[in-house]
Amino acid sequence: MTQFYLFGTVAVAASLLVIAQRNPIYSVLLLIVSFGALSGLYVLLDAPFVAVAQIIVYAGAIMVLFLFVVMLLNAPQEETERDARAHLGRGSDPMRFGALLALALVAELAWALTRGWESGRFGRGAVSSVAALGRSLFTDYAFQFEVTSVLILVAMVGAVVLARREDRPREPMESGETQPEDRVAPGEE
Amino acid sequence: MPTLSHYLMLSAVLFGIGTAGVFLRRNVIMILLSIEIMLNAVNLTFVAFGRALGSGDGQIIVFFVMTVAAAEAAVGLAIVIALYRHRESLNPDTFTMLKW
Amino acid sequence: MLLVAQIGLTLFVFVMLLNSAAAMVYGERKVAALLQQRLGPYLVGPKGLLQPLADVVKLMFKEELRPAAADPWLFALAPVISATAAFAAFAVVPFGADTTLFGLLDEPLRLQVADVNVAVLVVFSIASMSVYGIVLAGWSSNSKYSLLGGLRASAQMISYELSYGLALASVILLGNSLSLADIVNRQAGTWFGFIPRWFLFLQPVGFLIYLTAGIAETNRAPFDFPEAEQELVAGYHTEYSSMSFAMFFLAEYINMVTVSAVATDLFLGGWHGPFLPASLGWIWFLIKVAAILFFYVWMRWTLPRYRYDQLMRFGWKVLLPAAVLNLLATAALVLSFGL
Repeated sequence: MTQFYLFGTVAVAASLLVIAQRNPIYSVLLLIVSFGALSGLYVLLDAPFVAVAQIIVYAGAIMVLFLFVVMLLNAPQEETERDARAHLGRGSDPMRFGALLALALVAELAWALTRGWESGRFGRGAVSSVAALGRSLFTDYAFQFEVTSVLILVAMVGAVVLARREDRPREPMESGETQPEDRVAPGEE
Repeated sequence: MPTLSHYLMLSAVLFGIGTAGVFLRRNVIMILLSIEIMLNAVNLTFVAFGRALGSGDGQIIVFFVMTVAAAEAAVGLAIVIALYRHRESLNPDTFTMLKW
Repeated sequence: MLLVAQIGLTLFVFVMLLNSAAAMVYGERKVAALLQQRLGPYLVGPKGLLQPLADVVKLMFKEELRPAAADPWLFALAPVISATAAFAAFAVVPFGADTTLFGLLDEPLRLQVADVNVAVLVVFSIASMSVYGIVLAGWSSNSKYSLLGGLRASAQMISYELSYGLALASVILLGNSLSLADIVNRQAGTWFGFIPRWFLFLQPVGFLIYLTAGIAETNRAPFDFPEAEQELVAGYHTEYSSMSFAMFFLAEYINMVTVSAVATDLFLGGWHGPFLPASLGWIWFLIKVAAILFFYVWMRWTLPRYRYDQLMRFGWKVLLPAAVLNLLATAALVLSFGL
């Protein structure tokens, strides 16, 4: 129980700080902390493989990609006047509406969950063996698995096409730089 | 021992934080990060339900969510780079060319 | 009693890793000298053996500098992340057969800090975290050389992580387990009485891919772009001095030791070897790790550095396809022969 609250608190606090940070680099790092805490929760839920995959895929690959882009764009912080507006209560109308919607969503979810609160514990029979997961993934979910691979391929091609600079005659300044597709391509595993 | 409801509640809070981030932040990268928070909140729900039902399907869905998240991040960030190159800004309010 | 032994073991591994880094510094300088027909360090202590100690003392007494424009938090955090990730990865690496410490314990103790049943993946995930130390060091220093080093490091490590992971996957297929201890135990015994059952002989391509990707992961020459002296001053740790520099240094050497130890467990049969009883298997383990480390140093002082685009091309167009083909071939063999 203490472990649950420990990881839960870390996850919630880190996520809150993610959206409260002005500097995107700090946000990315705090999100990694949050993912680490979630990974701990997965261990508590007898899902060690998901926990490790969470670290490898999210923290090790996706977040590196984010960090990379933030560094590449040299982390422009939100403009100050916009920043002031980004705070709760002082926002412009659409923003205030958005904050209201988010609050309403949380309230609804909390209401629904407290109504259906079960104090029942988890039964035995957790599926934590990697072999069982793999068998299920490659038999029952084989079609979905294949579709995912197509999705990844499409995403890879799309990212390269989108991030690449148009082939206009190159100015001398640019010739020394690494081409953006070189920089972006490594992330899409 | 934490019950299923504990995990669902935690996941709801995380999802709410992610939603708030999408609504409140005016930086495309921050919005993408908030979406990652929401995806992770959902992942937690899947694993918790899978654990409660004693089935591995929850964890398998999480793998699919992860691949989709990876694809989304790759394409999303590529779009961010392309946008930044054209507008020198990351504020979504500046990208209003398709508005009429 | 077992708990005390566990704590003792953890401390022991920690201290030995520190020592291994010191030994590696000395070993690397001596081997480099040998390859270049020099003497190497010989003034401090007998045969220069106390040289690492002198280096540490020197580093400790240096002034700790931080560029004015650096981000103070991340600048301090980056070396800590590097060193922590380096130490943490070794926690799941087994380095000897179960032992009772000469009958001291009632139950046998496994010579491994944490026995995790997804150990291979844990090593992989911690290796993937170590990139943050370097990237953050590069970004937070607020210096162009550091930033270039950090960007190169992240691109390089992500690119080579794929081949690294695929090489691990082919061994997992053979070992039929994600636990390093299980994989080592599958390699006990011999074929025809004289060829040891090491996965090296079933996975020669995988071993080469693993070693190459390992060099790239640890940022060693010929893949030491993140810190290429001739182009980037010192890359991501240009702005670091004193103990925070020492932490990067330590992390680099401990990462080398970890990569070699994992290679020993995965491909060279871990602590299994002839002549010695199982209780002394750790001697075999040390010999094998030392051999791989020697290979690393040898590579560093023999091969010139690649160019950055060559590195990327090699990683994506040669190493990755080779790793995928190797994985497919391994899977086909395991399916058809049930190795």
